[in-house]
Amino acid sequence: MSDSYKTIIGLEVHVQLATNSKLFCRCSTQFGAEPNTQTCPVCIGMPGSLPVMNRTAYQLALKTAVAINCEIPAFTKWDRKQYFYPDLPKGYQISQFDLPMSANGYLEISDEKEGRFEPKRIGITRAHLEDDAGKSIHDEVHGKADSQIDLNRTGTPLLEIVSEPDLRSSAEARAYLEELKLLLEYIGVSDCNMQEGSLRCDANVNLHLETENGKVATPIVEIKNMNSFRAVERAIDYEAERQYRVWQETGQRIGEAPKQTRGWDDASGKTLPQRSKEESSDYRYFPDPDLVPVLSTPEQVAEVRAALGELPASCRSRLSADHGLSPYDANVLVNQGRALLDYFFTTAKTCNDFKTTCNWVTQHVLRILKEQETTIEEFAVSALQLAELITATADGQLPKSRSKDAFEMMCAEKIDVATAIDRLGIEQVDESALVALCQELLATNPKIVADVQAGKQQAVGSLIGQAKKKNPNVDPGRFRELCLELVAKM
Amino acid sequence: MSLTEQSATELLQLLNQGEISSVELTQSYLDQIEAKDSQIGAFLRIDAKAALARAADIDTRRQSGKPLGKLAGLPVAVKDVLCDTETKTTCASRMLENFRPPYDSTVVAKLKAADAVLIGRTNMDEFAMGGSTENSAFQITRNPWDLERAPGGSSGGAAACVAGGMAPLSIGTDTGGSIRQPAGLCGVVGLKPTYGRVSRYGLVAFASSLDQVGPLANTTEDAALLLETIAGHDPLDSTSLDVPVPEYTATINRPLEGLRIGVVREHFATGLDPEVESAVRDAIKVYESLGATVKEISLPHSKYAVATYYVIAPSEASSNLARYDGVHFGHRHSQLSVPDPTSNSLVEMYRCSRSEGFGPEVKRRIMLGAYALSAGYYDAYYLKALKVRRLIRQDFDTAFEQVDLIASPVTAEPAFKIGQLADDPLSMYLVDLYTVSANLAGLPGVSLPCGFSSSGLPIGLQLQAKPLAEETLLRGAHMYQKATDWQSRKLDQLK
Amino acid sequence: MAITRADVEKVARLARLRLSEDELTSLTNELSQIVTYVDQLAEVDTDAVEPMTHAIELHNVFADDVVRPSLPREQALANAPSHNDQAYLVPPVLGD
Repeated sequence: MSDSYKTIIGLEVHVQLATNSKLFCRCSTQFGAEPNTQTCPVCIGMPGSLPVMNRTAYQLALKTAVAINCEIPAFTKWDRKQYFYPDLPKGYQISQFDLPMSANGYLEISDEKEGRFEPKRIGITRAHLEDDAGKSIHDEVHGKADSQIDLNRTGTPLLEIVSEPDLRSSAEARAYLEELKLLLEYIGVSDCNMQEGSLRCDANVNLHLETENGKVATPIVEIKNMNSFRAVERAIDYEAERQYRVWQETGQRIGEAPKQTRGWDDASGKTLPQRSKEESSDYRYFPDPDLVPVLSTPEQVAEVRAALGELPASCRSRLSADHGLSPYDANVLVNQGRALLDYFFTTAKTCNDFKTTCNWVTQHVLRILKEQETTIEEFAVSALQLAELITATADGQLPKSRSKDAFEMMCAEKIDVATAIDRLGIEQVDESALVALCQELLATNPKIVADVQAGKQQAVGSLIGQAKKKNPNVDPGRFRELCLELVAKM
Repeated sequence: MSLTEQSATELLQLLNQGEISSVELTQSYLDQIEAKDSQIGAFLRIDAKAALARAADIDTRRQSGKPLGKLAGLPVAVKDVLCDTETKTTCASRMLENFRPPYDSTVVAKLKAADAVLIGRTNMDEFAMGGSTENSAFQITRNPWDLERAPGGSSGGAAACVAGGMAPLSIGTDTGGSIRQPAGLCGVVGLKPTYGRVSRYGLVAFASSLDQVGPLANTTEDAALLLETIAGHDPLDSTSLDVPVPEYTATINRPLEGLRIGVVREHFATGLDPEVESAVRDAIKVYESLGATVKEISLPHSKYAVATYYVIAPSEASSNLARYDGVHFGHRHSQLSVPDPTSNSLVEMYRCSRSEGFGPEVKRRIMLGAYALSAGYYDAYYLKALKVRRLIRQDFDTAFEQVDLIASPVTAEPAFKIGQLADDPLSMYLVDLYTVSANLAGLPGVSLPCGFSSSGLPIGLQLQAKPLAEETLLRGAHMYQKATDWQSRKLDQLK
Repeated sequence: MAITRADVEKVARLARLRLSEDELTSLTNELSQIVTYVDQLAEVDTDAVEPMTHAIELHNVFADDVVRPSLPREQALANAPSHNDQAYLVPPVLGD
């Protein structure tokens, strides 16, 4: 039925910024500490305590806002968003209401698997800096025992990035999240670890339907509790179908029902209604008198922009336009993240062969990383060693047929190219020795000579095995060429 | 003259010269407290043993020639709203009856570093909300000049302990007049510094954009001494001003040449008690006799100050007090009824805890503030008040182009009777008429004694200056005190 | 502007206060009185006036991102009405 409606999706992403200390106090933001061991009067909201903004948090937020093409207003301020909840010790969250630090940006997404959607620009409504709440641990079994509150996370800096409702499918939503995550990692503002809650996503979903009476929109539902990109995709798909079903049953349109919040339940694969926080609609926002506004000049913003470095989108186009890689390969390389791309560029520039480097990296390096479950930073073969390997192969110092063996050995034993060549006993076979070997084998295999003369050139193939037995360093390609030449001269 | 009748400046000299010991001095004040405070009720808690131990330690260090702080050995009383690890901080509220902060407020830390002897914690209106100290959850404080009357508030204990000779110096806080008004009603000097001059870190917030900590003392010199001890930039308070603090005591004796005193037309309207008016006009004449020129000025928006204040202060308060929900600190409702399956036991816990923990005035202001910030009213009340606030500030900016100080009454009448205004919140709010503007505009203001009513109650003179002009304010106030002797008129006995 | 009893009840829920019948009655009167007094602000022309949030207007105040020691857990929890030495305890939060 998907052709009868359009799914309208907007995403709200919360990113934990990579600071050492919290947004308004100097408690550590380290994940995984014992409950309530990383708190102080400020983040506990104790009487008399006051917030002071973390400079690095603001700078990381600004850097991100610039990277997602937002406008940076000259004046921004922080507001109190008031509601009561045990993991919110001050009784309010310090957030930004009417004058956020950035607005009107966009992120470009393209279709990695091609064909599912057109490359497009997704609007970003705003990105603003706020503090995180603590963690409530509920009695899952009975719901009767007391809930436990851990305030370690309270006050951690978050950047909330709100997209326009520009996404039209779960695949687009996923592509947006992946591109955003990649970008955030490129500019180093967050580790984007979803397991640790460094990247969280809520989705606003509704449907636009064409009916006999014109266009109709269904009530907007906010989906929470999605703990992976896969969950986001599944939840959106489920929710779209559910809303279509409900619409068919009730005909309820937007405005006829309040905005609903539903939680994604990964196990059952369903979204379930969440109890809304009482009176949550009236947050009584007002400017936080304990904090002062931040002013920024166009020059400061320009400085931030200049210091951003190259962003994924521009890396991709540079790889295909300037270095002749296919868009597919460029995408694969860039999407691996900044560290792998740095590795690639170091290798490629050293050996001065982008295409060959691309083949090595995409075919062999990535495979080994996956097999060894390791990262490029811990990879045994350095970028310069890989460059040496490629150069040695191009020079003929290392027969093409043995280069993979050498690479495997380098990976396994953490040795350089020269050592690998040495250990593999690879020596360059000189041309006259190779000619002699050809002549010897042709002489002892008249049948093959006859076959070749009869036009069956592939018959030479069976000699290659014999040649390699006599001398493992024989370059099969050159050996084949020579044999054919000699036969032709007979 | 007994020790406790001398000024802090004189006492400090005696201490520094070795004429008296801190133990001796502290004991004298403890004796005064013992003798009088059962009637006055200025202090919520006294820890005589700790105070004497600290005094003894300072005496020992003094004897061995070790460097000592600026107030070494002088007793100082602290309003029970500033966090101190060594005692509870109750804000005179049931909500914080047992709250023991794990940190020192910056002001308390500075007092400790100055080797002051923190002699006790003074009573106040609950969470500093009120003008009579009747809103304390624990006790009433009486005006030492007339025990049937209120000392004013919210720093009523802070003013009464100085007026009653139970402490030479005391720390108060002022959100809408809470230092100046009780100082005026109790006949002592009380100074509200420029907003941001003194750190608010560790001051339990009432209205963050208005709260300031300041000194109460017998003389302007003493107030200067205490102010220069507690003032200064604090990186823990984002609203703290990063400017040097002048040494006020070094310049206070220098009269101001060519002083221009502003008198505000709107201040002498109906409702001003004739005795207060004549005392203030006499004070202005004293300035003229000292060579000052007096100029009539206008603060056209001052008549909106109370209305503006009673939107902004409760709004901020409603938010600042949201943290008292019985979860992380403070009072929690103990007898949770069997949770009604249709209701949320957590929400009930919040509502019961807060209703039990807060007194009527605090609830009233929380309600007022929550209303002013709620959907549909924000623009008409809160936002409007913030705009009028700027107009009030602009009036002052214009005025201070023409004058150095503005002289006015502190309150329209001398001390009122305990209970007199208790059932009429609006009339109680209007007591703040002369004082709230300085908080809205962030200006420094001082209240000093300028006479007595026919029934023997002190009358206060308020001086206000432009932001950061505390030096001018203190020099101007001191000129007046040198020319008059109201501050030396002491209580003969409690009546 | 007059405030109704229903307004007061609504705000009391918002502010998490449980008010007695008497309190509701007196607060309805008192708040009406105060708000009526405050209504005089409406007569001030503030069209071209920027709101003033702070008494003294500062900007760009930051602290360096340097970790400082947190409170020992016993101290953090010491003032909590209910805790289990590790976490604050609250009545069960239904739903989320």
